[in-house]
Amino acid sequence: MRLWPMLWKELVQLRRDRFTLAMMLGIPAIQLVLFGYAIQTEVRHLATVVLDESRTPESRRLIEVLRNTGNFDIVEQVRSRGELADRIEAGRASAGLVIPPRFMRDIERGGTGQAQIIVDAADPLASSAALSGAALAGSARAAELSGGHRPRLEMRVRPWYNPGLRSAVYIVPGIIGVLLSLTLVLITSMSIVRERERGTLEQLIVTPIDKTSLILGKILPFLLIGYVQISVILILGRLLFQVPMLGSLALLYLLSFAFIIASLALGLLMSTLVRSQVQAMQLSFLFLLPNILLSGFMFPREAMPAPAQWIGAALPLTYFLRILRGVLLKNVGLDHLWREGLILVAFATVLVALSVVRFQKTIE
Amino acid sequence: MTIPAPDDAAVVIQGLRKVFGSRVAVEGLELSIRRGEVFGLLGPNGSGKTTTIRMLCGLMAPTSGTATVVGHDVIKEPEQIRRKIGYMSQRFGLYDDLTVAENIRFYGSIYGLRGAARRERTAELLHDLGLEPRAGQLAGELSGGWKQRLALACATAHRPAMLFLDEPTAGVDPASRRLFWHWIYALAQQGTTILVTTHYMDEAERCQRLAFLSRGHLIAVGTVAEVLAQFGQPSIEDVFIELQRRDEGAAV
Repeated sequence: MRLWPMLWKELVQLRRDRFTLAMMLGIPAIQLVLFGYAIQTEVRHLATVVLDESRTPESRRLIEVLRNTGNFDIVEQVRSRGELADRIEAGRASAGLVIPPRFMRDIERGGTGQAQIIVDAADPLASSAALSGAALAGSARAAELSGGHRPRLEMRVRPWYNPGLRSAVYIVPGIIGVLLSLTLVLITSMSIVRERERGTLEQLIVTPIDKTSLILGKILPFLLIGYVQISVILILGRLLFQVPMLGSLALLYLLSFAFIIASLALGLLMSTLVRSQVQAMQLSFLFLLPNILLSGFMFPREAMPAPAQWIGAALPLTYFLRILRGVLLKNVGLDHLWREGLILVAFATVLVALSVVRFQKTIE
Repeated sequence: MTIPAPDDAAVVIQGLRKVFGSRVAVEGLELSIRRGEVFGLLGPNGSGKTTTIRMLCGLMAPTSGTATVVGHDVIKEPEQIRRKIGYMSQRFGLYDDLTVAENIRFYGSIYGLRGAARRERTAELLHDLGLEPRAGQLAGELSGGWKQRLALACATAHRPAMLFLDEPTAGVDPASRRLFWHWIYALAQQGTTILVTTHYMDEAERCQRLAFLSRGHLIAVGTVAEVLAQFGQPSIEDVFIELQRRDEGAAV
């Protein structure tokens, strides 16, 4: 084995390559901020008009409750349904609250006071977030009002783990996985091709270095980079988006090991398929797309057609996302994550073995 | 033509052939190189010199034919060969972002040198090749002559039994070239077999024996005097020009 000389060489080169180092730290920071702020599926401060036909303490209380959710900004009180429709049509408001005249009366008689929320559902994501916000606020108020009386049937919706339904909480742990997939695959897919292009690979493979040392020497130094990236995103996620860290960080770092190795090995495998650094970069970005779309990072896998789920199941990121969200958001332990951990170890082992087998010490 | 006895041979090539797609790069090559010999492989660009060297170093698999290098078969035992040979490729193949000393250290350890042995050998190479003042400089900042010295240092870190040099002096100033040949002869005197390709005719004339390749075929082999007699030309340069003329004639 000639692993140590290879590691030493890669580390010295890495230390001198300020650009790559800066990229490895800068990319996660920039992407985190972009993703974290841009992908906000919860809708705050939706412009709302109110048609209050009840004009009672109870109706004003309901308006206050909705306003306090932070989802709705009351921009205008309108006098008729026609005006309300006009405002939404003109885009001046995205939501309308209608409180009918008998609202207070119904509640006082022990009946059910009904109010209506109208939402511009052209953007389903925004509208459903607004609707669920309103429903939550309404049921909370209803619970207050009912006092000791029990309604006959009540469906209580209680969001666990992320009670504010804030998307950053959900997105940021996923970003760790997506960014690691991108940068680690990119880094290693380029590193062997770069040596090929510069002519240094020819000089290296004419030596008795074994393929395993060469491949591991290309992988292991970047394990360090992977851990630095995880830490940067975790710290920034905490500072900028108040992402909770409920579970054991030690467990997260342990399980990350297999994912990082799998990503790096995948990059090396790619580098045995391409001829130039440009091709390596293109292939890496091509790989990024299914990772973003099919791993469960942005869209729930449960809602996907079967073939899309199969592709998702073949991506290491799918399992790493479960680990990230489980540990950070739910304090899930190894007793529930060992399966994901084992799958990632299997990915890592197979991918390293494949790249060792595929790598040839020839220059044809 | 002198054919060395097999037990005295560093390289024995039999019916070596290499085809890239529809292009034949090397055809039916038969050649032997003696131990401790400085052997020149000559021929115009595209005549198959680099392909031949790469097959002998185990960097390319022959399409057919066999060759043994320092007693090992190039197809069956490439790793055995790699341990015993040094190789300088046509293009500078060392790490631009490592220093001179780091490059030597790296290749020394890749060839199995450890600890004190590697430190001593690194110091020795830096001293012998006059690289000491440049030890801390990045290889990428060196000029052609210094790069070539460094490449020779890395290729000989493990005291190889045989050295393959593919156009080692291309783009190097005359003073550095003279110095380089001085070291090559020093190595040969210590018993190292040298196979060198070159475009410089004065360098060709320094070789103990020569082989001329043309369009993948071996067309002459022997000492300088033997080759001159075979072609009826006054100098190796004239042989070369005559060959190139024939090649171009054949291409038309």
